[in-house]
Amino acid sequence: MSAAGAVFGDLRPDFPLLAASPKLVYLDSAATSQKPRVVLDAIREFYETANANPHRGAYKLSGAATDAYHGARATIAKFLGASDTDTLIFTRGTTESLNLLASAWGHSHVHRGDRIVVTRLEHHANFVPWQQLARAVGAEFRICELNEVGQVDLGQLRALVTANTKVVAFGHVSNALGTVNDVREIVKIAHAVGAVAFCDGAQGAPHLRVGFDALGVDAYAFSGHKMLGPMGIGGVIVRRKLLDAMPPYQFGGDMIEFVFDGDTTWNTLPYKFEAGTPNVEGAVGLAAAVRYLDGLGMDAVRAHEVELSRYALARLGEIDGIVVHGPVTAEERSGVVSFSLGDIHPHDLSTMLDVDGVCVRAGHHCAQPLMRALKVTATVRASFYVYNTTADIDALAASLRKAKERFGAHVG
Amino acid sequence: MSAELDELYQSIILDHNRRPRNFRTMDDASVHADGVNPLCGDQLTVWLRLDGEQIADVSFQGSGCAISKASASLMTAAIKGKSKAEVEQLFQKFHGVVTGKHPEDAASLGSLKALGGVSRFPLRVKCASLAWHAMHAALEQDGVPPDAVSTE
Repeated sequence: MSAAGAVFGDLRPDFPLLAASPKLVYLDSAATSQKPRVVLDAIREFYETANANPHRGAYKLSGAATDAYHGARATIAKFLGASDTDTLIFTRGTTESLNLLASAWGHSHVHRGDRIVVTRLEHHANFVPWQQLARAVGAEFRICELNEVGQVDLGQLRALVTANTKVVAFGHVSNALGTVNDVREIVKIAHAVGAVAFCDGAQGAPHLRVGFDALGVDAYAFSGHKMLGPMGIGGVIVRRKLLDAMPPYQFGGDMIEFVFDGDTTWNTLPYKFEAGTPNVEGAVGLAAAVRYLDGLGMDAVRAHEVELSRYALARLGEIDGIVVHGPVTAEERSGVVSFSLGDIHPHDLSTMLDVDGVCVRAGHHCAQPLMRALKVTATVRASFYVYNTTADIDALAASLRKAKERFGAHVG
Repeated sequence: MSAELDELYQSIILDHNRRPRNFRTMDDASVHADGVNPLCGDQLTVWLRLDGEQIADVSFQGSGCAISKASASLMTAAIKGKSKAEVEQLFQKFHGVVTGKHPEDAASLGSLKALGGVSRFPLRVKCASLAWHAMHAALEQDGVPPDAVSTE
């Protein structure tokens, strides 16, 4: 372990916000990541050298914008292990991607009496769209429970995924607990009954090598801003045969082929699902982000986060009253540690940590059904990324000790 | 230890968080209302028993952070026995202090002034106001007295 801690040295100089605030301890990357300078530069360069509306003009500059957009799609698809580039649909992020699936695929494929299965770990974005689809079409909506350490109970999942199940929607990695799901096994369970397996990769793509082609899922949704890219860009990779069988999600420019007075035909993939002027700066920024991650190597990113999680579990374990939720070992989790400290409310803890410059998330993590099952109203979550070091975790532990001292009498 | 944290988490706040006053349900309440902060999942219910224009009894229950719980507890102690109009005026004054708009009113708030430290933490104003908004909503069910309208 280097002096800075874990696999990477100090990457803060690459991140302008962190470089400008040496005392900031940013431990909320599961909410959004910081952005490296190369991403900010790529966005600026696009506007300074290639800005025009792609696919529209017959002039050279529009061609440059089109090339930038296409190039970004190819770069990101390759990074995620998808060989069929045009099956990567750009969206505003994971939330829109999952709504696209529930709306365009769901309403054309799920009917009364069918079953939809999700897990107790899901973020609201992969829970509510399916719950509402089920209500709209009269399908059953079933939730697979977890074992005592916050992992999907695969035995129960096998029992829940019956012959009338049309879709199993699940997260690659839990945003609230950091649980890494056994994607291949869940896919196997879904496919055994002919259901599709849709994966919410918001917390997977930033931290793990995805390998879409080999993973076996039918769709994989992701957000750029959690993986060093800008906000407002993300996407979903979907098997081509599913995309071909889905109606468009939104109507407008770019997604059409011919518009007649009475009917319209659709453009080819991916444009059929991308209505309106696309977010080219976002795509270009995200492409720069994945090039940066590729430079680090996703296996090294994973190793770095496992080291930080291991270190965090050890440091926090030394503080009396800390209860860590979720999987026991660092290997079973992503770079997320969700915990409680005695009966100190997470919001009070978060305020006290903030005074020391330690940024953590306190709350229900957009997973109220999970919080209810854990019998807590909220937790404190520290989440790590490539720029974090063991020094950040030392700062967290020191600040937690101070908070405990302030609320001392209340810690059971 | 940080001075602003000392001011936020004064001993009276920690005490009311640990031992909230009037922390119970009320069977013979005239009105009640829920306060929910969907951002953090905090939720509480405030019950009021009215005797004409007077708050004859008040209680609350729920879960929340130290600030929301202590604020609810201090509120119940402060409004019991007061008229609806007095309570609405107290809410206006309290709100001005915790949002930092009228710090000069803190002196006249009695025990409630302990929550003045919240004004340094804008993200926590909602916590301090949660019970007050619930109480206000409960009173509205009974019809807001005409003289309780904001003077701001």
